[in-house]
Amino acid sequence: MGLGAAGLMAAIAMLAVVWTPYAVDTVDVANRFAGGSLEHPLGTDQYGRDVVSMLMAGAATSLGVGLGAVLIGVVCGVPLGLAAASLTGWRASVIMRGNDLVFAFPALITAAILTTLTGPRAINALVAIGIFNTPVFARLAANSARQVLALDFVAVARLAGKGRARIAVEHVLPNIAPVILTQAATQFAVAVLAEAGLSYVGLGAQPPAVSWGRMLAEGQTLIVLAPQLALWPGIAIALSVLAATVLGEGLRRRLDPRLARFTGE
Amino acid sequence: MLTQTLRVGLLAVVCATGVALGATGAMAASQRPLVVGMALEPPHLDPTAGAAAAIDEIVYANLFEGLTAIASDGSVVPALATTWTPADDGLSWTFTLRDGVTFHDGSAFDADVAAFSLDRARAEGAPNAQPQLFQAIDRVEVVDPTTLTIHLSTPDADLPYAMGWGDAVMVHPNSADENMTAPVGTGPFRLDAWRRGDRVRLVPYEEYWGEAPQLPSVEFAFIADPTVALSAMLAGDVHAFPNFPAPESLPLLEGDARYHVEIGTTEGETILAINSRRAPLDDVRVRRAIASSIDRQALVDGAMFGTATPIGAPMPPHNAAYLDLTSVNAYDPDRARALLAEAGVENLSLTLTLPPPAYARRSGELIAAQMRAVGIDVALRPVEWAEWLTKAFRGKDYDLTIVAHTEPADINIYTRPDYYFHVENERVSEIVAALDSTVDAEERVALLQEAQRLIAEDAVNGFLFQLPKIGVWDARLDGLWSDAPVQANDVTGVRWTE
Repeated sequence: MGLGAAGLMAAIAMLAVVWTPYAVDTVDVANRFAGGSLEHPLGTDQYGRDVVSMLMAGAATSLGVGLGAVLIGVVCGVPLGLAAASLTGWRASVIMRGNDLVFAFPALITAAILTTLTGPRAINALVAIGIFNTPVFARLAANSARQVLALDFVAVARLAGKGRARIAVEHVLPNIAPVILTQAATQFAVAVLAEAGLSYVGLGAQPPAVSWGRMLAEGQTLIVLAPQLALWPGIAIALSVLAATVLGEGLRRRLDPRLARFTGE
Repeated sequence: MLTQTLRVGLLAVVCATGVALGATGAMAASQRPLVVGMALEPPHLDPTAGAAAAIDEIVYANLFEGLTAIASDGSVVPALATTWTPADDGLSWTFTLRDGVTFHDGSAFDADVAAFSLDRARAEGAPNAQPQLFQAIDRVEVVDPTTLTIHLSTPDADLPYAMGWGDAVMVHPNSADENMTAPVGTGPFRLDAWRRGDRVRLVPYEEYWGEAPQLPSVEFAFIADPTVALSAMLAGDVHAFPNFPAPESLPLLEGDARYHVEIGTTEGETILAINSRRAPLDDVRVRRAIASSIDRQALVDGAMFGTATPIGAPMPPHNAAYLDLTSVNAYDPDRARALLAEAGVENLSLTLTLPPPAYARRSGELIAAQMRAVGIDVALRPVEWAEWLTKAFRGKDYDLTIVAHTEPADINIYTRPDYYFHVENERVSEIVAALDSTVDAEERVALLQEAQRLIAEDAVNGFLFQLPKIGVWDARLDGLWSDAPVQANDVTGVRWTE
C-alpha cells in the first residue's frame, strides 16, 4: 500500500516537471480566490493560480529535494559508516565523532548558514537536509556492518586473503543494503517535512518556484479570507509523509534481518 | 475546580456591571482608557534625534509640540506660535509665541527656549534626522519673550511647514538631554510609563495650555505579528490600529459593525526602482517596456487587496500638484514587446531584489510574472533590510527593486546623480532648483507637474501605487486621523462617543 501511494506521488511529481494543468508562473489576479469548479477543482490562490497545478509543482519540489537529500545522505554516509566499521582505533573514532558533530547541527541551522553564504535557494535546502542525513546513514551503516563483520563467512573471506575494502564492498554492503533502503524511506519522509519547514520560514524554495512549505506560509496569512489555501498544502505534506513512512514500514517488514531470514546465515 | 467556577462567576458579575455602567451614561465611556496598536516599538522617544517613524507615532502632537503643527489634512496650523509672517524680502520669518505655556516639569516656554530648541536641532553634528528642514536658517533672534525672528540665508517659503515636523519640536534646556528615555514636552499628554517590549503609557498633563484631552490615558501597545494584531483587535485588547499590518484580514473587520475601517493615504510612493547605470536599462525604450509590462490594477488587487491607489509618477494623489500619469507607459504587453524588439534586446534576464515588507514581496511575485509574459526573465531575490540598504541602496548593486519612498515632498531625489536610481534630465534639475525660490502656489504646482510628466516619460522607475494608511478602530471612537500627512497618531482630539 505504501509502495502504491509513494508510486502515485512520484508519478504526479514527474508529470508536474513536464506538464501541469495550468502554468504556475503566470498570474491572473482577476480570477483569484476562485472556489472549486470544473476548470479549477480546488479553486485558485491569492494570485489566481490553479491550486491543483500548484500542488503538483510542489510535489515535484518536495520529492526532488527529498530524493536528493536522501541520496546525499546515502552516498556520503554509507561509505563513512563502512570505513568506520572496517577500520579500528583512532581512525574509526575520528569518523564517528565527526559524525556526531555534524549530527548536532539541525538542518535548520545548516540551511541558515548556507543561505547567508549563497542566498536562499531550493538547492540549499536540499544540501542542508542532505548534510543532516549523512550521519544518520553513517551510524546505521557502521552498526549494521559491525554485526556482519563478526560473522563467520567474513572471517572465511579474510582467511582467503581479501582486503578490508574488498570485504566491505563485496560482503558487507549487500548484507546491509536492505537496512539502508528501509532507513532511506524513513529519511525521505523526514526530508519532505524538513523541506516544507525550511520553505515555510523562507530558507528553501523561492518564488516563482513552488513548494508546499511556502504555500502553507502564504496560506496562513490568508487564513481568514481563504482557509482552504493553507489546508491543501497541509494535507499534501501529511499524505506524502504518511506514504513514505508506510513504505518504509513495509520495506522493514520485508527486509529487516531481525524480522526476516538473515541472508548471511 | 471550585475556584475556577467561582472565578468564571465573578467574571460574569464584573462584565455585567461593566455593561450596566456603560449604559448609564457618557461619563463612564469617556473614562475608558484608549489602547492604540503599533507594529514597531521605537528605539527611544526623542523625535529630534531619530528617523524612526515609531517615535513620532507616539509623541507627535500628543507629548511634544512645535511652533506650528501639521493637521490631519496636511495643512499648517498654529501650535506654540499663534501667527507667523515673512519679511518683504523673504529672508526672515517672525513668529508670535503663545503665552503661558509650560513644560511637563513646570518650566516655562518662551522665545529663549524656542531659540535653544532650533539652535540645538540645527547645530553642527546634531543627531537630527532631517537637517534639510533647518538648512536655510542663518540665525535665530529673540526679539522679546513672545516674539521670535528666524533669519534665513536663502528664501524658504516652506519654513512654517518645516517647523511643524516632529524633528522641529520645542524642548527645554533643562530636560532636552533626557528626552530619549524621559521625554518632557508641552503637549496635552505626559509620559507615565514605558514598559519596554510591551507598551508606552501617556496620561493627561493637568496644566496644558489648550483644550484638555478627553481620555483618562492612552497606551501604545507594540504588536509586530499581523495575525496577533488581528486577534488583539478582535479580542478588544487593542481599540485602534492606525496602521493595520494585515490588509488581507480587512474583509473580516469590515463586515463587523463593532469596527470602523478607514483606508486613507500616506506619503509612500511604491516604485519599481530601475538601475539605469546598467545596460540595457540605460535605454529609455527598455525602461518604457518594463513600465508597460506592469499591470498596476493587478498589483493593487493582488498585493494590496484593493486598498492602494495606482500612481504614474512620484507624487501622492492627495497632493495639490498631483497629476494622474498612469496613462504614460500604461499597461500594454504588446507595446512592451515592440519596444524591446526596437531596442534590439532579446532574452533579457534581470534580478528583482525584494526587501521584507509584504507590499514588496507580494508585488514582486506579480511583477515577475507580468514581465515574464512580455519575454523578460525575472529572478526574485528576497533580502533583509540591512542587506537591501548596503547592497541595493548604497552599493547600487541591483537590477530592479521594489520599495516605498515615504518622505513627504521628496521629488528632489530624482535630481541626485549619486542616488541609487538616476536618469539625467537637465530640465528636471532646473525645475527642482527653481522650486527652492518659488513661493507662489500656482507656479509651484505648474513646476511640479512638469517635473512629474518628465519623470514619467523618462520611465526613470516603474511607478506602482501609493501605500495606503489602513486604519482600523473601535466604531465607538471618534477623532482618529484618516490620512497620514506626517507619521503621527495624534490622539489629542480622540474621544469615546459611547
